[in-house]
Amino acid sequence: MGGRLTLSQLQHKANDLREDVISMLEAAGSGHSAGALGLADIFAALYFNILNIDPKDPNWSERDIFFLSNGHTVPIQYAAMAESGFFPKEELLTLRKLGSRLQGHPERIKLPGLENTSGPLGSGLSQAAGVAYSFQYLDNAKHRFCYTIMGDGELDEGNVWEAAMFAGKYKLSQLIAFIDRNNIQIDGSTEDVMPLEDLKAKWESFGWYVIEIDGHNIASIIAAANTAKAVTNKPCIIIAHTIPGKGVDFMEYDYRWHGVPPNSEQAKDALQKLRTLDGKIIPGDYAL
Amino acid sequence: MNEYLVNPNLYNDDVAQDTIRGGFGRGLKAAGEKNDKIVALCADLTESTQVHIFREAFPDRFIQTGIAEQNLVAVASGLALVGKIPFASSYAAFNPGRNWEQIKTTIALNEQPVKVVGGHAGIGVGPDGATHQMLEDIALMRVLPNMVVVVPGDAIEAEKATMAIAENGKPSYIRLARVKTPIISTPESPFEIGKAYILREGSDVSLMGTGVMTYQLMVAAKILAEKGISAEVVHVPTIKPLDNDTILASARKTGRVVTAEEAQAAGGFGGAVAELLSEKMPTPLIRIGIQDRYGESGEPAELFEFFGLTGVPIAKKVEDFVHSTAQYHREY
Repeated sequence: MGGRLTLSQLQHKANDLREDVISMLEAAGSGHSAGALGLADIFAALYFNILNIDPKDPNWSERDIFFLSNGHTVPIQYAAMAESGFFPKEELLTLRKLGSRLQGHPERIKLPGLENTSGPLGSGLSQAAGVAYSFQYLDNAKHRFCYTIMGDGELDEGNVWEAAMFAGKYKLSQLIAFIDRNNIQIDGSTEDVMPLEDLKAKWESFGWYVIEIDGHNIASIIAAANTAKAVTNKPCIIIAHTIPGKGVDFMEYDYRWHGVPPNSEQAKDALQKLRTLDGKIIPGDYAL
Repeated sequence: MNEYLVNPNLYNDDVAQDTIRGGFGRGLKAAGEKNDKIVALCADLTESTQVHIFREAFPDRFIQTGIAEQNLVAVASGLALVGKIPFASSYAAFNPGRNWEQIKTTIALNEQPVKVVGGHAGIGVGPDGATHQMLEDIALMRVLPNMVVVVPGDAIEAEKATMAIAENGKPSYIRLARVKTPIISTPESPFEIGKAYILREGSDVSLMGTGVMTYQLMVAAKILAEKGISAEVVHVPTIKPLDNDTILASARKTGRVVTAEEAQAAGGFGGAVAELLSEKMPTPLIRIGIQDRYGESGEPAELFEFFGLTGVPIAKKVEDFVHSTAQYHREY
């Protein structure tokens, strides 16, 4: 890929992704707002810095693999893919429409560059573990990494903990998983619906190296990924504390925005706030 | 008509017997010798699924997942993404019984060529009882778009079927029985995914069987012949894609159809044939199998008798059917 973006450019890119998401969800008339906005900084870091991928050659044989496990947040992935050149940005507005390659939840066979099909929660970590196992034990591909993002509510699923045991057993050091720790799920706060804490201790007890970060600090996101890549005897989990709806003040922290899109008035308001940054995102001007 | 070589000793009292799972185990090793992309995963049942044969030959290509069937198939999906051909094995009661959604989303919809191996299927699992006697797997798997469903009729065919699905590039399910069952084919008999085979020609009724039931239909056909009823026996080792041409041609010829499976008669192989016939060529049909109930403990042979899945009760049922039902198509 071309030259890396500066931290300031990455922060602006995250904001562009948020604007894309608002426009897409408004056009679609359905979809999940909060999680997609909350993941914008992580997706900017992944697609414009961390992932070793080639948008012009989505099946490049040496690429890193990324699985979105909580598929309902896929609008932010589509935005990152379009902004990085996997497909034309105009196509973003076809989200959830009949005939679109941008399905409501991601389908690998529909869109080159997607690596999995997800939506039903809990299986992305297993799929990522399969890839990481192959890299480490079957392919002798030490230079390749497999990344996944899970929601925190998703951790209610038993399948996640089956995968956690598996990756811990095989010390899958090329597996790097993010948890979007935004504390909400559909029915309310994660700690009310089904408490997850002590999350760090849980993962450590399964044999994982755990890093906790501010999921909106792009420098921290990139630093955590670099640390995770340097850990060679364990899989790594990055617990990224995020604000659901980040960047749009009337959506922030409100679980009711989990599964709904903005209407046109709300979208206009949201885009206005994002374009002025509204004091929420302060771009730095120093290079990484 | 698809030529088939039936075991010449099939009607002998000392007909050779072997386990279908054993045939699978040998087939998996043979497939592994031909293609180093093949890997095997197992959920803590490596010997009883016969995957240990592969494990001993290729220890570096065997992955133990523990008793975690959801993880078993989703890990396999990830392995397939990066070019492997994974065989994910457990008992059918759990695989696909426990993990059907992961199979649908991460394998079938995702079009990954994972091979789901359902061992110890049917009432033939015996004394373990209803929880372990998987009777719904054929129905569960054949309704998944993109999924190939294979139910071998004996150990020899299981070996061939395993090697065939290893190279078909598609999501596939193979159903295996635990106990030794009679050998119906020969090493020279053909096996092709999607093909049904005429094992015995007849003109009064078509007996269509899958898995171990084809042998029982052959026994029934011999009894029926002694009573002057000419039964055609069609062996259908692939449930999906179904060999519509062979099934319809036989139904057209005889005008009466009987299906048999060691599984729920509803939704499974009998269901598939009923759907085909009712849309393309309505034909009087009876479906032999488990009739909307669960299994129970007992020795496999006792259970086959108890559920009426052996040659004698099948022959009686078919005789009644033939005598009470006109040959539909011949009346046009």
